[in-house]
Amino acid sequence: MSAFAALVRKDVTLYLTNRRALLMALVAPVLIGAFMGAVLGGAPTKPTAVPFAVVDLDQSAISKRVVAAMSKDNAFAVQQLPQAQALELVRKGKLRAAAIIPQGFGKQATEALFRPALAKPQIDLHYDPSQAATLTLIKGLLTQYVMQAVTAAAFGGDTYDINQARDLVANDSKLNANLRDALLSMFKSIEEVQRKRGSAVDSAQPASTGVSVPYVTRDFEVTSGERPYNAYAHSFASMTVQFILLMGVELGVGLLLMRRMGLWQRLRAAPLSRATVLGSRIAAGTIIALLLIGGIFAAAILLFGVRIEGSALGFIGVAVAFAALTSSLGLLIAAVGKTPEATRGMAIVLTLLLVMLGGAWVPTFVFPDWLQSATRFVPSRWAIDGFDAMTWRAQALGSVLWPMAAMLGLSVVLSAVAVYLFRWEE
Amino acid sequence: MLNARGLCKSFGKLPAVHDVSVSVSAGEIVGLLGPNGAGKSTTAAMLCGITSADAGVITVDTVPLGERTHDAKRLIGLVPQDLALIEDLSALDNIMLFGSLYGIKGALLRSRAREALDLVGLGDRARSRPATFSGGMKRRLNIACALVHDPKVLVLDEPTVGIDPQSRNHIFENLETLRSRGKALLYTTHYMEEVERLCDRIIIIDHGRVVADESKEALRARLPPGAKRRYEISGDVTPEVLVELQARGIQSKRIDDASLEQVFLHMTGRELRDAV
Repeated sequence: MSAFAALVRKDVTLYLTNRRALLMALVAPVLIGAFMGAVLGGAPTKPTAVPFAVVDLDQSAISKRVVAAMSKDNAFAVQQLPQAQALELVRKGKLRAAAIIPQGFGKQATEALFRPALAKPQIDLHYDPSQAATLTLIKGLLTQYVMQAVTAAAFGGDTYDINQARDLVANDSKLNANLRDALLSMFKSIEEVQRKRGSAVDSAQPASTGVSVPYVTRDFEVTSGERPYNAYAHSFASMTVQFILLMGVELGVGLLLMRRMGLWQRLRAAPLSRATVLGSRIAAGTIIALLLIGGIFAAAILLFGVRIEGSALGFIGVAVAFAALTSSLGLLIAAVGKTPEATRGMAIVLTLLLVMLGGAWVPTFVFPDWLQSATRFVPSRWAIDGFDAMTWRAQALGSVLWPMAAMLGLSVVLSAVAVYLFRWEE
Repeated sequence: MLNARGLCKSFGKLPAVHDVSVSVSAGEIVGLLGPNGAGKSTTAAMLCGITSADAGVITVDTVPLGERTHDAKRLIGLVPQDLALIEDLSALDNIMLFGSLYGIKGALLRSRAREALDLVGLGDRARSRPATFSGGMKRRLNIACALVHDPKVLVLDEPTVGIDPQSRNHIFENLETLRSRGKALLYTTHYMEEVERLCDRIIIIDHGRVVADESKEALRARLPPGAKRRYEISGDVTPEVLVELQARGIQSKRIDDASLEQVFLHMTGRELRDAV
């Protein structure tokens, strides 16, 4: 066995026989990946209804229609509560938000429909700031149901007397004459609609419900087209990247620790080149990382139904490129680090930052625009996106060639810098 | 076998070694003595090619270390002061690993590793991990790892730190065996009794400079006139002999005829006490 192979074998054997290191690098990502996968959706299920309260101070036909429509929507788990109780539940995090429909809302909303200049009634939305992402959903659906209820009232004639609106417009001296004429003409048309609707009801035809959304949507998960999205695939990719990077840190710190021991002197006394000693460390790190990636994804496949639905070759390529990158990063850490203790702390902070920017903990779309742009240059994102592409996104090999090349290129650069900076002599 | 001339080394502006020359012949044990910080370890590191010398020339069996570094390194075995062992590999695997670093392979590597283990008395513990060894066993394994590639020169940096008399005695016997096989040994220590027992020649180094390089006898002769000298007289010492010595101005004093270590070995035996 050559010296290079002997050194690689030594490092790999030592790592794999170190139960603590294995526990940290293999079991931990599987457990956390499983947890995050379950939290982020796991295997496909029905979406969770948003817990939401409505406080109806108006009690008009319109406000009751709004509440009834929202209660039927699967997106909400609506409760009608007194205002104080609703706010208390939001404060405790039991509800995402509470909407307060004020007194007179129905009448004011219908009038404001035709008279934009009038003051609009105001619905107060009290929301949990830690769950602000749901506020947009709530606002969107509230708008839909309020518009339906108000226009149904205005055009249906069952809850609102169009004559009142016509009188308001006719007696408004400040209104532009042309606009007044147009509005009065519209009211005439509405009366006609209401009259015809009345005869339709008489003849057992379906009643109009006012303005409604003029389209419906059908939702499709865009994955491989064969299997539904499995959230475990992304969470395992993320946790794999995180823990392999941490393994790289330990690899570097291990080299710093070795310098303190007689072992380093003996290596230096042996007829070994710098390339052999440091290169074997990179090779060993790459092999260890590959074994760990294999182990973690084997667990993901066997226990959580994750599948490599894209190119298997691409998956292996991403794994090899990321393993080499991690290994060379570990060597760089050893090259620039002074003491193992200080270096470990700094390197872990850097690693966690890389992992976060890579989108392992939260999706990158929640970042500000500038940060989203910056993450395109973060290697952990290349790796996570690469694993995603080869698993649930079912992409072909070509889609990961650039990330693979980038990771391998960066690995070469980091290795070269590390070898250059490495303090060979004490 | 090992020749170094005019070695100099500074760390920044701090001179560590200045114009140090060291030579060790085949079949010779040379002690490198000096107080802490005198430059012993730096000199040893330069001789092994771990640290580059700022000036000076080192040759190992006529191979220049500076020009043919790897060839020269193959002729040297280093026993570092800190244990250079991998605790989670077996004793045999440790030795084979270090043999591999010197390019030894296959059956030769295995037989050399076994020989080295037998020499240091660990032949029956080949499959045990050093993590289960006593301090003395680890020290002996540390030496075996430096022998596996059959070097012509062995540099030992305080190889007996923290071990029991049995292990120390065994190590001394190993080193004497190696000397008898024609190896050149450079022994770094600050234990005078070790030097007295083992070394044929002594180099004393202080403040980075060689202050003496002589045999034990020549060093003793350096003591100034009037300084106390100790003589050993073999054979029967009768009262008449003592009276005669006193008449010539030589004071006699009864001293123990054996060191405490000799007494200890007599009472506890010379066999190694390796933990099972």
